[in-house]
Amino acid sequence: MIKTTYNRRSFLKVSAATGGGMLLGFNWLAGCSTPAQADLAKALPSQWYPINAYLKIGDTGLVTIISPNPEIGQGVKTSMPMIVAEELDVEWKDVVVEQGNLDTGAFTRQVAGGSQSIRQSWDGLRTAGATARQMLLETAAARWGVAASACTVANGIITSPTGEKLGYGELAAEAATATIPEEVALKDPKDYTIIGKGKRNVDIPAIVTGKPLYGIDTQREGMVVAAMMRPPGFGQTLVSFDDSAARAVEGVIDVVRIGDKIAVIASSTWPAFKAKKLIQATWKSPELIHSSAYISAELSKLAQQRTDKPSRNDGDVDEAFAAADKILEREYEGPFLPHNCMEPMNFYADVRDDAVELHGPIQTPEGTRKDVAELLGRPESEISIGLTRMGGGFGRRLFSDFVIEAVEISREIKKPVKLVYTREDDMTAGVYRPAATYRIKAAIKEGQLSAYHISGAIVNLGLAVFPDRFPAGLISNYRVDNHNFESPVTFGYWRAPISNYLATADQMFQDELAKELGKDPIEFRLELLRNAKGKVVGEIEYDLDKSIRVMELVLEKSNWDKTEPGVKKGFSYYYSHNTHVAEVAHVRHDDGEPRVENVTCAIECGIVVNPMGAMQQAQGGVIDGLGHHLYGRLTLDAEGIPEQNNFHQFRLIRMKETPQVEVHFVPSTESPTGLGEPTLPPISGAVANAGMA
Amino acid sequence: MPSYSFLVNGESRTATVDADTPLLWVLRDELQLVGTKFGCGIAQCGACTVHLDGVAVRSCSLPISAVGEQKVTTIEGLSEEGDHPVQVAWKEHDVPQCGYCQAGQIMTASALLAKNPNPTEEEIKSAMNGNICRCGTYLRIFDAVKAAAQSR
Repeated sequence: MIKTTYNRRSFLKVSAATGGGMLLGFNWLAGCSTPAQADLAKALPSQWYPINAYLKIGDTGLVTIISPNPEIGQGVKTSMPMIVAEELDVEWKDVVVEQGNLDTGAFTRQVAGGSQSIRQSWDGLRTAGATARQMLLETAAARWGVAASACTVANGIITSPTGEKLGYGELAAEAATATIPEEVALKDPKDYTIIGKGKRNVDIPAIVTGKPLYGIDTQREGMVVAAMMRPPGFGQTLVSFDDSAARAVEGVIDVVRIGDKIAVIASSTWPAFKAKKLIQATWKSPELIHSSAYISAELSKLAQQRTDKPSRNDGDVDEAFAAADKILEREYEGPFLPHNCMEPMNFYADVRDDAVELHGPIQTPEGTRKDVAELLGRPESEISIGLTRMGGGFGRRLFSDFVIEAVEISREIKKPVKLVYTREDDMTAGVYRPAATYRIKAAIKEGQLSAYHISGAIVNLGLAVFPDRFPAGLISNYRVDNHNFESPVTFGYWRAPISNYLATADQMFQDELAKELGKDPIEFRLELLRNAKGKVVGEIEYDLDKSIRVMELVLEKSNWDKTEPGVKKGFSYYYSHNTHVAEVAHVRHDDGEPRVENVTCAIECGIVVNPMGAMQQAQGGVIDGLGHHLYGRLTLDAEGIPEQNNFHQFRLIRMKETPQVEVHFVPSTESPTGLGEPTLPPISGAVANAGMA
Repeated sequence: MPSYSFLVNGESRTATVDADTPLLWVLRDELQLVGTKFGCGIAQCGACTVHLDGVAVRSCSLPISAVGEQKVTTIEGLSEEGDHPVQVAWKEHDVPQCGYCQAGQIMTASALLAKNPNPTEEEIKSAMNGNICRCGTYLRIFDAVKAAAQSR
């Protein structure tokens, strides 16, 4: 049983008018996503009855499930409602999905980040469905005058002990006002009929026909479009500008200065973009310019130092290094990376005296509303945020800088405005995956690994090395140092932040270590794990058995022990976002340039809610990570200006470079863990360890 | 500003815009056909792909003044019911993740199949190589194009 007090506000009656139901607005279906779209099995209802914040039941039995979290392509708009529908006991074809807007009273953690949507809402979503089911069941039982426990429920129909039947649609009006149960029973995973069965993305019909879904598609009455010019180099400030040529462009309404930026306001997008290029601005550089060369040198210096407060310091590494037969030491450097969401940053803002209306793609609506409230000095209650589907997130839209800009422009010009970034604006705006440098050193004594010291230096993010990840806890002398390097180059979280480079450095190093010790790379890691059972040093975040399981699975599935002419295999393993992943890259070397042909991937992520979507996330993470490993690099010139500003200079992976990706999930009945990010960190190491750096 | 009349999805439409306005922005801002997406503005990513007399072109880099008599087809006009074989295959294979690039991918794929109903695997890869997907849905795109070709 689970207590329904979990976010109880979600289960309070939605409104006093609930008993009368909700009147159906015109065109309501246009705003919804239907798994079966045209062939909805049940007729459209004339009345909807909200049972709780997550779901409404129509008088025909059709169910609307509200998906609370932002959708960035990670699939939660499909998988979150699946969880509610499972416990509600309805058929998926009778479900319509609606994107929830920001509602902190009803929902918790409306964030798309850290691969945590499913993990952190798992109990809440199940409880929402189970509570509604219980209320419907009790309503039916009361009508028949029998005990609820004597009735059965399947596919939205309740059956009495004597065989009478009532559908959810017939009970919804009454159930909406029923007492909320104190606690409800949740299903045993073996009884699932929706969770674990592949369901297609609920927005597909709208996506393949080009319906307006994204923030950039926003059109409102009286809306103008803005483009924003900012200092080209990090740390630069605006001295002066001449906007006469820009103002001469037909369609341009105004040009306004906002701090060190210049906003061009126009009747539509193209004149705004065109006019922005015509502005002649003079910028002033800071005294110390942060070029890539400068940052890289500073990071390397830092990584070689020790901090006064190591993040982890097991045993005595100094003693172990002094006594070592051999010491292996390497340095690894990771570049800045822009997010390059296919939909450039944009947001709609209408700052009025009575209210502030915001609409668009943001991974953190709650935090963003706080930022906007603070900026404007107005209460959050006056600010609304409508959520759109996002053309990619990857962490970029965790940061609300572009929303703030849209708000500043609307406040200045007193008009509803949609701010749209050009690709160049998007790629040069910062909020990058910060550059980082790692120095790893290991001691070998009598053929055994006796000490491990990893030191990382990172731009602005503060943390370069997680102190409790593999192989921490497995080696008695283990030290972690973290260094921060402050820079005007703004940082962001980028798909699997920190892990994305740390895994590469660690996993490449461990392969070298294995070679040094004359061991097979997988066997070397397995041995470390097996030997540590029952004697782990200090706290660790990952699980020994799950780590072993994914390694053994990938070993088997990749035919690791079989040699293939012309092909080198590389192994890598990483734990992040509560999920364990092992990967093997198969790289062909005898046919022109080395090419990744195939990647085998084994994942331990608890229950897989939607295998169809999960497969996408897993494969996409590998492909995305591979592309950035092979081609991704953003550099800053001597003025601190990004040297890559569009896709002719910043290469993304394309179809021809895409390998096959074979994914194996470890069967599990444990609660689901993250999946949007964890397959990305290991791929670089796997590819590098297969001889393709 | 000059006026341009041209055929979009079988209908004659008119827009009063500067001659250098890319077809993309005419479609999106003037005609409210927002299915065609803005990705890079320099014909590198393919998100803005439409058909010009049946041929896949990058609408972000095609000035409206160059359209003339040529027929424009956008994702909204590819089929009436969303049932073009490529769209059907896209749904069947559950291709999209974020979905933003997919209209462009579908327009490139449908133009390929119109010209070459039975493309080889290499021909599919070559045709689709101009369209970027940061989510990395390439494996499913490839499978969907193959399936669409077989279904025709």
